[in-house]
Amino acid sequence: MRLIWLLPLIPAAGAAVNGLAGVRWFGRAAAGAVACLAMLSAFAVALTASIALIRLPPEARAYDVTLGPWLPPIPLATAHGIGSFAAEWAFRLDPLATVMILVVTGIGLLIHVYATAYMMDEPRGGYARFFCYLNLFCAFMLLLVLASNFLVMFIGWEGVGLCSYLLIGYWYEKGSAATAGRKAFITNRIGDWGFLLGVFGVFHVFGTLDFHAVAQAVSSLPIEQSHFGELSIICLLLFIGATGKSAQIPLFVWLPDAMEGPTPVSALIHAATMVTAGVYMVGRNAVLFQHAPLVLAIIAIVGTLTALMAATIGLVQNDIKRVLAYSTVSQLGYMFLAAGVGAFAASTFHLLTHAFFKALLFLGSGAVIHAMAGEQDMQRMGGLRRFLPVTFVTMMIGALAIAGIPPLAGFFSKDEILLQAFSKNRALWALGSVTALMTAFYMFRLVALTFYGVYRGPSWPRHVPPAVGGPATLSIATAHGVRHPVDPDAHGLAHVPQHDLSHGPAHPVPIGPAAHAHEWHGPHEAPSAMTWPLMALAVGAIVCGFISIPPALGGTNALERFLEPSFGGTPAAATVEHARQPRADAEPATADQASNGREWALMLLAVTLAGAGVAAAWRLYVTRPEIPVRLAARWPGLHSLLWHKYFVDEFYGATLVRSTFASARGLWTFDARVVDGAVNGSGWMTRTVSWFSGIFDRVVVDGLVNFVGWSADEGSLVVRRGQTGLLQNYLLLIVLGVCVFLTVYLFAR
Amino acid sequence: MHFTPITPYHYLLLSAALFSVGVIGVMVRRNIIILFMSIELMFNAVNINLVAFAALYRHEVGQAFAVFVIAVAAAEAAVGLGIILAFYRNKETLNIDEMNLMKG
Amino acid sequence: MLDAIAFYTLAALILAFAIAVITARNPVHSVVFLVINFLAVAIVYIVLGAEFLAMIQVLVYAGGIVVLYLFVVMLVNLKRGPEAHQDPRRQTGAGVGLAVAVLAELTAILAYTGRNPLPAVVPAASARGPGGNTEQLGWLLYTTYLIPFEVASMLLLVAMIGAIVLARKVD
Repeated sequence: MRLIWLLPLIPAAGAAVNGLAGVRWFGRAAAGAVACLAMLSAFAVALTASIALIRLPPEARAYDVTLGPWLPPIPLATAHGIGSFAAEWAFRLDPLATVMILVVTGIGLLIHVYATAYMMDEPRGGYARFFCYLNLFCAFMLLLVLASNFLVMFIGWEGVGLCSYLLIGYWYEKGSAATAGRKAFITNRIGDWGFLLGVFGVFHVFGTLDFHAVAQAVSSLPIEQSHFGELSIICLLLFIGATGKSAQIPLFVWLPDAMEGPTPVSALIHAATMVTAGVYMVGRNAVLFQHAPLVLAIIAIVGTLTALMAATIGLVQNDIKRVLAYSTVSQLGYMFLAAGVGAFAASTFHLLTHAFFKALLFLGSGAVIHAMAGEQDMQRMGGLRRFLPVTFVTMMIGALAIAGIPPLAGFFSKDEILLQAFSKNRALWALGSVTALMTAFYMFRLVALTFYGVYRGPSWPRHVPPAVGGPATLSIATAHGVRHPVDPDAHGLAHVPQHDLSHGPAHPVPIGPAAHAHEWHGPHEAPSAMTWPLMALAVGAIVCGFISIPPALGGTNALERFLEPSFGGTPAAATVEHARQPRADAEPATADQASNGREWALMLLAVTLAGAGVAAAWRLYVTRPEIPVRLAARWPGLHSLLWHKYFVDEFYGATLVRSTFASARGLWTFDARVVDGAVNGSGWMTRTVSWFSGIFDRVVVDGLVNFVGWSADEGSLVVRRGQTGLLQNYLLLIVLGVCVFLTVYLFAR
Repeated sequence: MHFTPITPYHYLLLSAALFSVGVIGVMVRRNIIILFMSIELMFNAVNINLVAFAALYRHEVGQAFAVFVIAVAAAEAAVGLGIILAFYRNKETLNIDEMNLMKG
Repeated sequence: MLDAIAFYTLAALILAFAIAVITARNPVHSVVFLVINFLAVAIVYIVLGAEFLAMIQVLVYAGGIVVLYLFVVMLVNLKRGPEAHQDPRRQTGAGVGLAVAVLAELTAILAYTGRNPLPAVVPAASARGPGGNTEQLGWLLYTTYLIPFEVASMLLLVAMIGAIVLARKVD
């Protein structure tokens, strides 16, 4: 546990090795081994530290490590006199951080292993570069979760943003990937702006940046029940940061585009870890947020709306990764909903389970894309369960987990959130439940389109006679190898829900940056380096829900109890978060039973909704595949709205981006006309003045100097005649001088 | 026959005359050895002066200075004659008129 | 009376041999006249009571320096006389004139100042104790003028080395 400061350093060292030496000299196996080894040792350290922490008694479960000073103390004005602005390299391991480091290192390790196989078609240097970025990302993420003050967290916060940018734009030759990277970075920057302002606010109000000190200071302040005071402003600003990082309204637009990155990146960063940084940050400052109930309400509403909106968009998307991306946004919305109603532990629980099954789903989709040689459009898949049995089973587990079918992980965490929402606000609960229904629906739509039905993808030479497209065109079309995510707008409005087979070979296949080394022989199961992580994650998705079984089902809510110290033991937390807690101890049995009954009812409802979603998806996409077409035709406006993601991108483009461009152009014009004009004018003036001074220099100054030289020259011609070189002539002059002297003496005596 | 007593004025006059003879020698002769000898004459003129005043004031300070003058004269003669030899080796002459390297 | 006779005789000798030194054609003759001149000056020193200085004059000047001159005159084997070539720009007449003018002026100054009479010159030694002139001079040189004395010795050493270096045959 004393070695937790090593946690960020190990992957950073891996990144350094791969980045400095690996890009040039390492083979694929060496680069992958370095990265995986770094993650493995980090996981081992994390596991050791976690076990050591769990062994401690609950109230002592916090461990601080201060490596050394970073910024020396600077006196700085705060709201309450002069504070001392100091920052230290301080890390803190508490239950919340424990959960996070286990998620980051554990799932990170699996994804690293997966990526060694998935990225096999990359060139050697690019392969090492990819693992360098991945390791660097893990280093920053661990720094973020282990930080014990805002500034160190901010380093991690910015670092993961940077790595996200690097990884989304990993295929930087491809314009859309580079654009998506920029979009992610800039959107994150907007959030970071809010986060940084929030940090400034924290220092202004509390005079310190240490999480623990802030939590203690805020405990003594009154809760801002009805007015919007300084705590609320700070929390709102911090939440803006969280929306940027965790892709909430209004800053969620970058996450779907982030699917331009390689699939392991999507799994690691944009599903399991980085996007949860916002949720983590809110949970880390739980005490602070609990003192701003208005902001908590805003968080709950934003989370719910995000969950609902992303789920509706996810209903109609055809790109397999994009569906998962919107699903991620939606699940993150759930987490914020939980945080907003004060159930930080439930939020973290869902974060944990979501990390498992969303990583599983993304990796599974990666396996599917791998099998389809880069195809991502679910319209062109179908029936793949015959070819990809392992992927099919594991993805099915993931889908069941996210849909909330008991006894898989998602059921417990989602149920927990909905229960907490129900006890707080019925409207939020209702919207959340609708979202849960839609989640089940779109997930099983994905499964149905991908694994069931008839195969709709391109044919391959060995099995299909060349009647359809001809082997020549076919091999050209498919030998281009892994197709990387393409902008769905390329499909555009011309998209039709049903493609026929002849569409396949004629469909333009974009050239991926990495070509498959071998010719594509139809969908095939992924190599074992990819399937093993899938199976491991599937096991996780099944069992990780059991670590926090609610009391209504006979459990003890172990995880929530474990996390309790991290969220502070304030009265607000006790009443809001642990509404059930007193009952678990020693409450009257009637209230217990009534509450249990309500909980049972809610669970039943949730399961029913999930089942309904599954059934609807099954009916619409397996048994009666023509219904969706008709539905889309009947409500073209609604479909178009969803298909275009509520036109949010277009709205931002038309308002923010265009106005930014316009003002930039205005500034450019100003720069070109006024600033450049002033600079050029002063340059012209300088030139003219220097021309005059040059004339002056030549005529007057040089003239003077030359005159001095000339006069010395001429004068010396005269004087040198006196220098005969004859010793006695000089002596004559001496005697003459003596003579004159004596004469003067004689007469002036 | 009556003579006025010999006062320091007499010695000063003798010294001045001897000095003038040395100056004339330096001015007129072209043999550099003779030039040096004329310089020795001037040294002697100075020494006579010093000794005369030492006698006047009945103190040996003037004689001490004369001793120093003699020492300097010896050094001058040694170095000067060394220069003459070196010059002679180069130019095969002792004529001061041919030593005009400082001519402007 | 005797003083006056001695002084005038010696003065005449000194001046005559001085003139002989600067007028002699042969440098060897010049050197010989110079020796006689120096001896006469030594006698003047004795008259003035400076016996030690007189000894020095004889030993160093007449004995040492003049022999040095003689060596140089002998060493230099002139092919043509030093007086053979004459630079047209030299002003011999002006030099002699100026020297005579200086002498005349000095004489005039002495004549003016001679109006306030000075006591007759009495040999210093006669007024002194039994140590005599040499002891007094020794005291002076080794006490008051010790540092100038040592400097003079250094000067002589340097001059000796310099003379050796200058006169050495260059390889």
